[in-house]
Amino acid sequence: MSLEQVLQYILSGVTNGSIYAIVAIGFNIIYNTTGIINFAQGEFLMLGGMTAISLAAFVPLPLAILAAVVITAIIGALVDFVFIRRLKTPSVLNMIIVTIGLSIVIREIALHVWDEKVRSLPYFTGSEVTSVSILGAYISPQVLWVLGIAAVIVVFLGFFFKFTLTGRSMRACAANMTAAKLCGINTGAMVTVSFMLSAAIGALAGCAISPITQTQYDCGTPLAIKGFTVAILGGLGNSTGAVVGGMVVGMLEAFSISVLPLAYKDAIAITILLLILFVKPSGLLGKKEAAGLKEF
Amino acid sequence: MRFMKHAPVAGLAAAIVIFQLATTLLGREFYLTQLTMAAYYCLVILGLTVLMGYAGQISMGHAAFFAMGGYTTAVLTKLDLSAAAGGLPRLVVDLGLSVTSVNAFGVEVRHLSPWVSLVVAVLLTTTVAFLIGIPILRLKGHYLAMATLGFGIIVYRIVLGTSLFGEADGISDIPAFTLAGGLAVSGDPELRVQNFYIAAVLLLAGLVLLLNLIDSRSGRALRAIHGSEEAANAMGVDTAGFKLMVFVLSAVFACVAGVFLTHFNGGVGPSEADVMKSVTYVAIVAVGGMANLWGALAMGIVLNYLSLRGYFGSYDELVFGGILIVIMLFFPEGLLSARNLKNLKGAAVRLVRGKGGEGADGRP
Repeated sequence: MSLEQVLQYILSGVTNGSIYAIVAIGFNIIYNTTGIINFAQGEFLMLGGMTAISLAAFVPLPLAILAAVVITAIIGALVDFVFIRRLKTPSVLNMIIVTIGLSIVIREIALHVWDEKVRSLPYFTGSEVTSVSILGAYISPQVLWVLGIAAVIVVFLGFFFKFTLTGRSMRACAANMTAAKLCGINTGAMVTVSFMLSAAIGALAGCAISPITQTQYDCGTPLAIKGFTVAILGGLGNSTGAVVGGMVVGMLEAFSISVLPLAYKDAIAITILLLILFVKPSGLLGKKEAAGLKEF
Repeated sequence: MRFMKHAPVAGLAAAIVIFQLATTLLGREFYLTQLTMAAYYCLVILGLTVLMGYAGQISMGHAAFFAMGGYTTAVLTKLDLSAAAGGLPRLVVDLGLSVTSVNAFGVEVRHLSPWVSLVVAVLLTTTVAFLIGIPILRLKGHYLAMATLGFGIIVYRIVLGTSLFGEADGISDIPAFTLAGGLAVSGDPELRVQNFYIAAVLLLAGLVLLLNLIDSRSGRALRAIHGSEEAANAMGVDTAGFKLMVFVLSAVFACVAGVFLTHFNGGVGPSEADVMKSVTYVAIVAVGGMANLWGALAMGIVLNYLSLRGYFGSYDELVFGGILIVIMLFFPEGLLSARNLKNLKGAAVRLVRGKGGEGADGRP
């Protein structure tokens, strides 16, 4: 394998890895405030991408993406208002089944609103044939957009959770829901905010990857499964872990293509997931006690 | 007491016969085709009901076990042994483990007996379920759901990406499964009625087996695990052992259903291993009342039948997704759970006694 080839694989791994990391962070935000794994997280990416594609026919691209993010965030809030709030003293089994049901319903509604055709947003800069050369490896400028947006999301969330009142309140909910409530934090509102935030960053990621991976009504589920793998690998609820886990899974997948048939690519991430679950369910960077406390 | 125990099963058997006679008399025998398929799917659902409702362990990957059964028998019985010169194929023929049948082109082919492939499929499924069950069942909650889902996706990907399994096309033109005498599991319209009875007998046998299981010492242990695993452990119940036993048993139920339905359909495709199939099974168990074999049976027959006859059209998946949400929001213990049924019964009794109908909310 030449140096250029290795570099090419690494870049592809970093790109996919950062997408997975964003999905995983979306899982983490909701998991931290509610203890729910939102199996419909991948559908937020699909909705963001699809809405932006439809709107891009009428308004300029940046405006279409902004509108898609806002609309998806509203849908995220609706999911909480209409469904999650109504679950009274839910068992884990109930929560799993509800979010899986939501994922199916959102996907099928998308199938009937749009259709089964594969669409994509235009490239943010240049076109499918433009490429940038980095140390002899060629990449599309869109890859740089994806990496940039992922970095911005991570930095933004870092600031949000550290310096804003809402962000701090959400962290308080994550640490201890009852104590947060006693301190006068409106925990119900925080759950809604976490769904909106999670949906919004999912939608933004869905727009960024649309030119490269294309968007279809059922493109959410595979992304959600990768994202979940990454979230577990990094330790559920740990956002730094999500970035590290994303890179690991992305790299492994990228290099697996050189030895295994492409058809098995998706099976690799899942095999990793199963191995982690069997060996160290608290994840690479997760603390055992923290995982134990969150354990239902 | 014995009579009361067997009465429901006898009633079901009578209902099956009456339904068949009615369809024949009305010239509507084609209804039986989808009902036969629904019965095989019901076998998967019954196994899953014991796993989910009684042992309290979710499985989002049961379609994988179904596909394992279907694909094993499909691959093995499609092998042409006519030109078996030596080695293993010759041995199979010499041991009398092969049968001949006429394929779709009117050519007679010698192939492995489906009885042998059934045994192989069950052994394979038992082994796989046992091996993955040991680590998977140590997990709880979200982790368990995701691990079983992951297992299902791996099987789906393998089926979809391997040429031996026909990739996206699946395997078709699978020979009939001759049970004994003139009885054969096949999609031949001439054999529709007997195939309906074969499926019905298999379903009844499965039902009786599971009813006895949950009524036994093991069944009480399972319910104890569902209530509280720690408490069950403290009382000396071998929780890990029981969970594994039920997991393997439900996998074998799915596998046997897969073998029979594959021979009935004469083909098997990757959609049988699809995650959506597993979700559908879970949805039906939830609607059936989680820990309610009769409810799961009734809902399994009705919903599968409607779905197979295409009543839901392109909204099929939407219907099952919607069912999951509605049931979990309004009836978290399942629609046909013991408590809901009791409430309904109480309301009916009050209504009959004429004490007013406002008791519909079920308060005693």
